[in-house]
Amino acid sequence: MSIHAEAIRAPDVANFEQSDNVLVAEGLTKFFAGFAAVKDVNLSVRRGSIHALIGPNGAGKTTCFNLLTKTLSPSSGRILFDGDDISALRSSQVARRGLVRSFQISATFPNLTALENVRVALQSRFGAAYHFWRSLTAVAPLNKRAQELLEQVGLADSRNVAAAELSYGKKRALEIATTLALEPIVLLLDEPTAGMGHEDIEPITRLIKAAAVGRTVLLVEHNLSVVSNLCDRITVLQHGQTLAEGSYAEVSGNPAVISAYMGGIDE
Amino acid sequence: MNPKLIIILVAAALAIAAPFFVYPVLLMTILCFVIFACSFNLLLGYTGLLCFGHAMFFGGAAYITGQILKTTSISVEVAILCGALAAGLLGLVIGQLSIRRQGIQFAMITLAFSQLVYFVLLQMEFTGGENGMQGIPRNPLFGLVEVRDSFSFYYVILALSAVAVFAFYRIVHSPFGEVLKAIRDNEARVESLGFDPEKFKLVAFTLSATMAGLAGAMKATVFQFATLTDLSWPVSGEVILMTLLGGLGTLTGPMFGAAIIILMNDHLAGFGEWALIGQGVILLVVIVLFRRGFVGEIGALMKYLARRGKKPSAALVTAKPVVEQSR
Ligand SMILES: Nc1ncnc2c1ncn2[C@@H]1O[C@H](COP(=O)(O)OP(=O)(O)O)[C@@H](O)[C@H]1O
Ligand SMILES: [Mg+2]
Repeated sequence: MSIHAEAIRAPDVANFEQSDNVLVAEGLTKFFAGFAAVKDVNLSVRRGSIHALIGPNGAGKTTCFNLLTKTLSPSSGRILFDGDDISALRSSQVARRGLVRSFQISATFPNLTALENVRVALQSRFGAAYHFWRSLTAVAPLNKRAQELLEQVGLADSRNVAAAELSYGKKRALEIATTLALEPIVLLLDEPTAGMGHEDIEPITRLIKAAAVGRTVLLVEHNLSVVSNLCDRITVLQHGQTLAEGSYAEVSGNPAVISAYMGGIDE
Repeated sequence: MNPKLIIILVAAALAIAAPFFVYPVLLMTILCFVIFACSFNLLLGYTGLLCFGHAMFFGGAAYITGQILKTTSISVEVAILCGALAAGLLGLVIGQLSIRRQGIQFAMITLAFSQLVYFVLLQMEFTGGENGMQGIPRNPLFGLVEVRDSFSFYYVILALSAVAVFAFYRIVHSPFGEVLKAIRDNEARVESLGFDPEKFKLVAFTLSATMAGLAGAMKATVFQFATLTDLSWPVSGEVILMTLLGGLGTLTGPMFGAAIIILMNDHLAGFGEWALIGQGVILLVVIVLFRRGFVGEIGALMKYLARRGKKPSAALVTAKPVVEQSR
């Protein structure tokens, strides 16, 4: 143990980088009835970076997210979060540790108000979630923080509106507020701008940028201008495998990537 | 005065005065099914779990309470609570075994368990098999007060029902209830936020079973007999009907649904099979015309009118607490 600790403390660049990957996937593989949706993917997400996972539809990006957050169990491979092997944990445990995801399909609680949506998430670390005999005043201390989170995503005026009645852009903003309620160390966003008009994309991009302060973000994104604007590093997936990894400039110049995107242009 | 408080006071006054005008046994039957419907609503309406064997808790508790009253001198209210707790225990065990299943699979497993409970109780000696359990006494309340006549016993049932309705209200409007509603709306999302939905569903299932048991235990003391009918799948079906008729996931809808069906059965009792056809037609009309159930539709209409009525001031109403919060 002490030898490892020494190695990490030593001013050795390689070792420093090693320990500075907050999320690492090694040989991640997932078969669906014999079909490999994700095949031997290696992924290292640096602490504090905004990392994009891109690739054509069906490339396995969402499946990767499902594996990383243990929504699905990998067929093989392992996942390290903050240096710990989380491969055997349940998805709720992974979330409580600080690896929190959003969904590709809008995932609010439609019959709850915006405030309640966020407050439910805050309840996950509050400790009164099983208290069926208490009135809601038991969770009133969470209202202030919920309100702050709503303000942060520009939903302060919608606090008492049912999520079902919010516009699509506001729903996605609410999802981000709900996700941030868990104070995630790593935020995984699955196509946060999917289906949005131009007027919504810009504020969401700003929101992600603000949310990324002091934490790590891994996002799946189709809009390449958003990717180039936001992301430090990019991993390209195709047919469940890593095609390229690097900065936007490196990846966008990669001939394999160009041809993959040419093939997928009709999407 | 608070309009909610006024409604509660009026309802309480009506409930207290009711037996002077209506046959108490009919009122008590309504109350039993109101509580049964609440228990079902907690599961389907607020947790999103369709249990197709809820009669096992209802009918099972009836036998337990009946047996306690027949063989001991335990007071009637304690015997009823024991029946409810026994049903809760059964719910905990069956919930453990079935809660991992989703949707229709869960419904089928609970149905299978209820059939199992039916046949076990059919075979057991103390239940009286096909004949049912007859002559259940109403032991004195608190061991002191005689409640053998229906008129005074009505107030016992009313008090128990009031407690149960309050408990239902409390659960639905608790921190736990908020998580349940989130699970109903999007279970995967709840899990991704660090909760274990299965544990919440198990607690909800156990609470619901306890409440269904309370309803069944009350019914056994009202009619002073317990039969296999109360355990049978048509009763499980009937409570679904009551819930949908009144309005799934609305607080009071299933209560009204229960009252409507019991009153309808009572009025149509003389018509034999026609009663069933009448029920079928009414359900069909409700499903086609009022998807949210009676109370659900009324609520939606009121919301719509309120929004149309005070559109300009609506912004002020919502903006005000925001200012207070940020100070
Ligand atoms: N639960 C599943 N069962 C079977 N096949 C699946 C499942 N989830 C995803 N797939 C398949 O895996 C492949 C990758 O899907 P996905 O990860 O959703 O791609 P992306 O998010 O990159 O568009 C697709 O071919 C998809 O059909
Ligand atoms: Mg996807």
